Amino acid sequence: MNLTQILRIAMRALARNKLRSALTMLGIIIGVAAVIAMVSVGQGAQQQAQQQIAAMGSNVLFVGAGTVSRGGMSMGWGATKSLVYDDVTAILRECPAIKAAAPGTIVTAQVVFGNDNWSTRVTGTEPQFFDIKVWTFQEGGPFTQADVDASNNVAVIGETVRKNLFGATDPLGQTIRVNNLPFKVVGVLDLKGTSPMGDDQDDTIIAPVTTVQKKMNGQTWLRWIMVSAISREASYAAQQQITGLLRDRHRIRAGQDDDFFVRNLADFAQLADQQSHLFTVLLASIASISLVVGGIGIMNIMLVSVTERTREIGIRMAIGATEGDVQQQFLIEAIVLSLIGGAIGIALGLGASSTIANTLGWPVLVSTKAIVVAAVFSAAIGIFFGFYPARKAARLDPIEALRYE
Amino acid sequence: MATITQAEIEKNRSGVGDAVIRVVDVHKYYDLGETRVHALRGVSVEIGRGEFVAIMGASGSGKSTFMNLLGCLDRPTSGEYFLEGTEISRLDKRQLAAIRNRKIGFVFQGFNLLSRTTALENVELPTLYAHITRQEGLKRANDALDLVGLGERKLHYPSQLSGGQQQRVAIARALVNRPAILLADEPTGNLDSRTSVEIMDVFQRLNDQGLTIVLVTHESDIARFARRTIQFRDGKIRHDDPVAERPAASEVLKNMPKVED
Repeated sequence: MNLTQILRIAMRALARNKLRSALTMLGIIIGVAAVIAMVSVGQGAQQQAQQQIAAMGSNVLFVGAGTVSRGGMSMGWGATKSLVYDDVTAILRECPAIKAAAPGTIVTAQVVFGNDNWSTRVTGTEPQFFDIKVWTFQEGGPFTQADVDASNNVAVIGETVRKNLFGATDPLGQTIRVNNLPFKVVGVLDLKGTSPMGDDQDDTIIAPVTTVQKKMNGQTWLRWIMVSAISREASYAAQQQITGLLRDRHRIRAGQDDDFFVRNLADFAQLADQQSHLFTVLLASIASISLVVGGIGIMNIMLVSVTERTREIGIRMAIGATEGDVQQQFLIEAIVLSLIGGAIGIALGLGASSTIANTLGWPVLVSTKAIVVAAVFSAAIGIFFGFYPARKAARLDPIEALRYE
Repeated sequence: MATITQAEIEKNRSGVGDAVIRVVDVHKYYDLGETRVHALRGVSVEIGRGEFVAIMGASGSGKSTFMNLLGCLDRPTSGEYFLEGTEISRLDKRQLAAIRNRKIGFVFQGFNLLSRTTALENVELPTLYAHITRQEGLKRANDALDLVGLGERKLHYPSQLSGGQQQRVAIARALVNRPAILLADEPTGNLDSRTSVEIMDVFQRLNDQGLTIVLVTHESDIARFARRTIQFRDGKIRHDDPVAERPAASEVLKNMPKVED
């Protein structure tokens, strides 16, 4: 018997009980659709996490001023005053694994342009900060090292600030007032989006570090130093080199706690990646449960079908069907059932994915891999759960089967 | 009658290798828990090519067991069964299925057609397991239906056919792979007397064309249409006689009233 004939027989057997076949398929349909939709959502989240990580800059290490405990009360990070500009030059000079470093100081400020005002965070840094963060400009460009040296009142603004202060006006060359100091806008940054921590990275003004320190917050110390390593692998060496150097420079004795911290964003990236991967796996495994339940439904119906068609099996055996023929017939039936269910499920899953993307606005990534896996999985379920009923059918004694009422 | 002598001649002439069926001292036990049922107690018989044998006996006489053995649905506990010279009792299940497919045609009491499957497809069914081309299978199925006089109803479903017509479909199905023997197990058990004779007429015609037929029945009215009767009792053959004054079913039909449905 060739495959077309087997398929024809299987389709006819399934068409005999249309409602039953449809209900049996429903389990697989829901299962496959759920797997595809869930994996799409999970992979969308994973992709978003990866994009956010890429947006943090490449091989970036974050050196922050450490915490200070006074009388048992922690003052939070950035409370120490030991991180200074000389540390930046020392790091650049003495750590071979470092490519670039930029100092950072922060002040919160009220920004005014015309009749609009906006409260935001002003970061004081140096031009290489934009390279380290891989932050490009939609308009204008970074301020220069000369601006830093001269403590000029120039600023680069983020997209959120631009939107709130300027609206349709071109901000380039305009003067804004930051805490009542006039600043000339020299550049507008590209949209960076939300950081993995949930901050709006575009809600920022970036100015020369000297300007902020001298004219705004009056601090001689730094809040942080942003460092980029020469490669991702080198970032771990860089971390050690910086720690050693800063402990040395800050005269911290062995056994004493650091007054700073170094965070390797590669670790952070890996963690975020792992988390979103875990999320995908979790969603997929929950969805897979419904697929297995669907498979059990197929097995159940196939067992009923074998019992109902005992006489037919007897007839087929009497006229020359071998055990293999009978087994094949029922197995193909189960596989056809699960494959049709799988196909409908894939269509439904794709529909559900785009519905989620459109209505909930979640990032959704439909991967071919998920579709292929779902298709293979549903066929495998047909084989796995169809095997026992088919075996049972094939093992029937033809004499008994013919006598079955 | 000429036909009887012909059968006698055939029987005498058929040597060891020439018999279609040769059964030698066959025993069959069924183990039912603690009791053991001795269904066949040493049966030996030969059936030659072109014979028309009726196997008779009360229920429990072993005739059904014997029929299942002849049909290769079961194997004897001991003894030998040669079908066209092939020793059946040593074959495995797969080989038995192939023998059933190619050498044996079954006709059952309850017709055993697949419902929701047309007459033609029912008849075609054995060819699907015979590894022949679909065209060849369809051609044979058409020919077989023509042979039993159902050429006009090939696309009817079993539920649209009368009992006699359904049994003709079953006979066509049994013939489609050109078997060595046709085994009919109480083929008239579900039919009224006129239709029964019609079916016997079909059998007689097929037999006249050279087909070997073994028929199990408990009705002597039906058995008399065969050429030879074998009586079973208590798992043994009690009588094995040629049929004297065998009527032609076609002649009997002429004297029977037409039955209105």
